[in-house]
Amino acid sequence: MLIALETLIGGLMLGALYALFGLGLSLSLGVMRMINIAHGDLIVLGAYLCSVVMQMFGIGPFLSLMLVVPLMFVIGMLLQSLLLNRVVGQGTLSPLLLTFGLSIVLQNFLQETFSADTRSLQAGDIALRGFDLGGVSIGLLPLLSTVVSVIIFAGTSWLINGSHLGRQARAVADDPATARLVGVDDRNFYALITGFILAVIAMAAVLYGIRTPFAPTSGPERLLYSFEAVVLGGLGNIWGTFIGGVVIGVAQLFGAKISSGLGPFFGHLVFLVALLARPEGLFRRIQR
Amino acid sequence: MLLELRHVSKRYGAMMVVPDLSLSVAEGDFVGVIGPNGAGKTTVFGLISGGLRCDAGAVVLGGLDVTALGADERCRAGIGRTFQIPHPFQGMTAYENALVAATFGAGLRGRQAQALARDAIERCGLEAAADILAARLTLLQRKRLELARAIATRPRLLLLDEVAGGLTDGEMNQLLQLVVSIHRSGVTVLWIEHLVHALVSAAGRLVVLADGRLLSDGDPGSVMQDRAVRETYLGSDIDEELTHAEH
Repeated sequence: MLIALETLIGGLMLGALYALFGLGLSLSLGVMRMINIAHGDLIVLGAYLCSVVMQMFGIGPFLSLMLVVPLMFVIGMLLQSLLLNRVVGQGTLSPLLLTFGLSIVLQNFLQETFSADTRSLQAGDIALRGFDLGGVSIGLLPLLSTVVSVIIFAGTSWLINGSHLGRQARAVADDPATARLVGVDDRNFYALITGFILAVIAMAAVLYGIRTPFAPTSGPERLLYSFEAVVLGGLGNIWGTFIGGVVIGVAQLFGAKISSGLGPFFGHLVFLVALLARPEGLFRRIQR
Repeated sequence: MLLELRHVSKRYGAMMVVPDLSLSVAEGDFVGVIGPNGAGKTTVFGLISGGLRCDAGAVVLGGLDVTALGADERCRAGIGRTFQIPHPFQGMTAYENALVAATFGAGLRGRQAQALARDAIERCGLEAAADILAARLTLLQRKRLELARAIATRPRLLLLDEVAGGLTDGEMNQLLQLVVSIHRSGVTVLWIEHLVHALVSAAGRLVVLADGRLLSDGDPGSVMQDRAVRETYLGSDIDEELTHAEH
């Protein structure tokens, strides 16, 4: 029983990270109607950037975020304004093709630069520390990841529902041409959104990179988890994505308890069953 | 001049919609735009508001050449427009629709933006519907919301594309009063309308387009007497429209 509880809590905390991966996809789908196939590779890029910054300055992964997050933000803005803005609003196929190409380029770039070896981010003993809560041991790192995730989700949700940026997002998502006619600069806004998305995945990538090794080809797997979180939660529903990520995380850890190799398989299985039962996602559009 | 179109042209593929159009509108004008279907009226509005790009020629607003600017920049420069078929942001309330316009079109933030949005909603008689989702509004309310959202961008030039279409006579008159009051508050108005009598009663100047060309331009009375205009409208109900206007 205690083991089940521990697995559940561990799954919740792992899922909070998957949810963070999914948040980026959810935003680009919701606001720009664009599916970014390179999303997973950008997550891996974030982890490698962190690794480089750590080596360069001899600092830990958390301190490196001070540099990696702004760097990824800038990369996101440039990526959107120079490349992705050319295909936004051009139907669904063009963005798919472009980001599929980008994914291949990124994977090869990472392989060329960092070799095909797996890496992980060394965080020292904080990665191993934990505490005991009524017999259930809780890792400090997973707890920290969860707190970060919840804060980012709450912040994003508040921005979308209560701020002028959120109204901008909803206006552009609804009808970009009309939004322009009432003075909304959609192109620069898309750049801002993608900058934000990459800043968020930088954080998630580093927290995930401390617990799970990564290689240049790990991107598609990350993309898959992100997708499952978004689709499971219901498109366009921010907190739905959070729950979706958590469900995948819990399923994976329970699967891994049965047999260590079965984690991802269980995640996919639960996703498939949930999708068959509720094709529109677990939660209908509550917020846009 | 507030607005100048200088030898503007636009084609869709092989079809020339506006061959070569020059037009000036002075600050404070109230200009009615009429013409048969397919005359290029809405296309001209697209070229002015920036939703469409000209193939050649220039669009000048208050001395500033805006030809190369996008629709959002032109809106911030002072051009507001409405659509024949209302395009509200469906997932937002009427008030939020106006608020987006006040925030990004007029460039205001916080309380100032809220005050402008509220004012636009009230002026357009939408107080009671302010917190209703735009998707649930009636046709008249949506038409009013188009207007409210356009004036919430604080335009110097307001382009109205058939705001009166599909309304009853009573509703039409209310809307006419509203547009007249917006014009009195210092906004230059350019109004496309099929209901010619509405324009003749309110506009100080009437422009007739046919095949993307300027067929006639002047005070409504003399334009309606113009032979070319009468011939273009031959078979249509212009006489009936005029009789209607005299009532």
